[in-house]
Amino acid sequence: MYALSIRGLTKTYKNGVQALKGVDLDVERGDFFALLGPNGAGKTTLIGILTSLVNKSSGTVSVFGHDIDRELEAAKACIGIVPQELNFNQFETPQTILVNQAGFYGIERALARERTEKYLSLLQLSDKRNKIARGLSGGMKRRLMIARALVHEPRLLILDEPTAGVDIEIRRSMWDFLREINARGTTIILTTHYLEEAETLCRNIAIINGGLIAERDRMSTLLRKLQAETFVLNLREAVDSVPQVPGYEFELIDDHTLEVEVSKEQSLNEVFAKLTEQGIGVLSMRNKVNRLEELFMKLVERKPGAGAIPS
Amino acid sequence: MTEVSALANSADSLRSLRQARWTGLKTIIIREYGRIVRIWAQTIVPSAVTSALYFVIFGSLIGQRVGLMDGVPYMQYIAPGLIMMAVITNSYGNVVSSFFGAKFGKHVEEMLVAPLPNWIIILGYVGGGLLRGFLVGAAVTVVSLIFTKLTVHHVGVVLGAVVLTSMVFSLGGFINAQFAKNFDQVNWIPTFVLTPLTYFGGVFYSISLLPEWARHMSYANPILHMVNAFRYGFLGTSDVNVYVAFSIMLISAVALFSVALFFMNRGTGMRE
Repeated sequence: MYALSIRGLTKTYKNGVQALKGVDLDVERGDFFALLGPNGAGKTTLIGILTSLVNKSSGTVSVFGHDIDRELEAAKACIGIVPQELNFNQFETPQTILVNQAGFYGIERALARERTEKYLSLLQLSDKRNKIARGLSGGMKRRLMIARALVHEPRLLILDEPTAGVDIEIRRSMWDFLREINARGTTIILTTHYLEEAETLCRNIAIINGGLIAERDRMSTLLRKLQAETFVLNLREAVDSVPQVPGYEFELIDDHTLEVEVSKEQSLNEVFAKLTEQGIGVLSMRNKVNRLEELFMKLVERKPGAGAIPS
Repeated sequence: MTEVSALANSADSLRSLRQARWTGLKTIIIREYGRIVRIWAQTIVPSAVTSALYFVIFGSLIGQRVGLMDGVPYMQYIAPGLIMMAVITNSYGNVVSSFFGAKFGKHVEEMLVAPLPNWIIILGYVGGGLLRGFLVGAAVTVVSLIFTKLTVHHVGVVLGAVVLTSMVFSLGGFINAQFAKNFDQVNWIPTFVLTPLTYFGGVFYSISLLPEWARHMSYANPILHMVNAFRYGFLGTSDVNVYVAFSIMLISAVALFSVALFFMNRGTGMRE
């Protein structure tokens, strides 16, 4: 049984916009799954349908075997959602927000209070439990939404841009926390615009574009499909012309920086060897963009439904 | 793990499902109670102050010249009407502002994503409206006791009328909030519908004073029936048949609940 199974899911809004055009997707139990796509690709609509905030037009969705048409309450009970936008009562305290949320999931008040303390503590919000939520910092508000999504201990946690606008330190600590709860068995679906985040955390990935799944694979397999990567080389000494190396295209960014595109069949060792032959020393090197970002751009630039990129 | 995830057909699961729903309902009502108490200066006090002014102006100053109305002193006559007026406006106002506020602030999503059936959400808000109706009704009753003597003729009628009226207007407020797109639309119905119907609903006068055509028109006003049923519970006097009044309240409550549920299931104003 999958944590999430979607078949033929479509959504057409009243204004005629077809946000989803027949999505098929399975997410395995215990997975850490990335759902990526450009703005307007259908991610938020898809998540909205999973969490009952958007009515689907057709298709089926089941969460841990519970079909949302027949067992909506059971399906909802399995899901915890961290939405993109803040959606808690800004005039309530974190403690009240969590206790109430647990109550909405049928958890008795005594246990709800216990869980509230546990998750406020895990998300480092214990000392803010009685502060009005409006006064919390942006990062604290994000963490509050994660704590709220976890208070009923869902089997499937959906995070829609959880680290948007959060500083690097908090983002890293949130990553550690998410890895930990995933390791304890919670299936996680993550949407993010920080592709480094998806590459670091997720084992499997689907890229949605134009209302269709453009690609769905293991993260490692998908990254191997990347035909070429662009590297930025920082040079030891200044050069005044572009090095000529057969088979490689160099671009001179400034007198100490070169860019080179290296395909899957080529080797970086060869690049370094040829440069050394010409007396050019390389001090350091980095990817021009994140590998997933490069792949993502290639995928979303193609027309939706044009088929997977070649392996 | 998830308290209501195992929704099979076994008796245990059914019990835990009922328990979960009951907990959800209690949570909404407790949250509403917290809101009422937290902003008591906006929720409880204004009606008590307004009713005190009504008693001073209409009761003490003008009322003395009016003398008896339906055989009872005017001050005593208007007291049940003023209590009911406060119950109506506060039940409606509580639900419309709270539910629209939840929509506006998006925290209604906390309930929509949870395994709460729509009828539980409606009942939770109605519970909040009832609580505010009771609290404000009690406050206005205390104020009225400063000015006049109130005896209860039929306690069951008093409680029945106040519960049903509060339910009807809580549901009305809920439907208003479902459709409202901004705060102006939250205020339209109270200003242009509720207030005129309440003032023409026999709070300050007996319809026996009206010409025949106006009396007949007044019977179409549901608030007339509610106010008079409530007044009957205190004074034993009414312009309408109390059984008819209770039937109207009961039918209205069932009809409005069905309408609210229909629109909740459709996701009107909340789900696209």
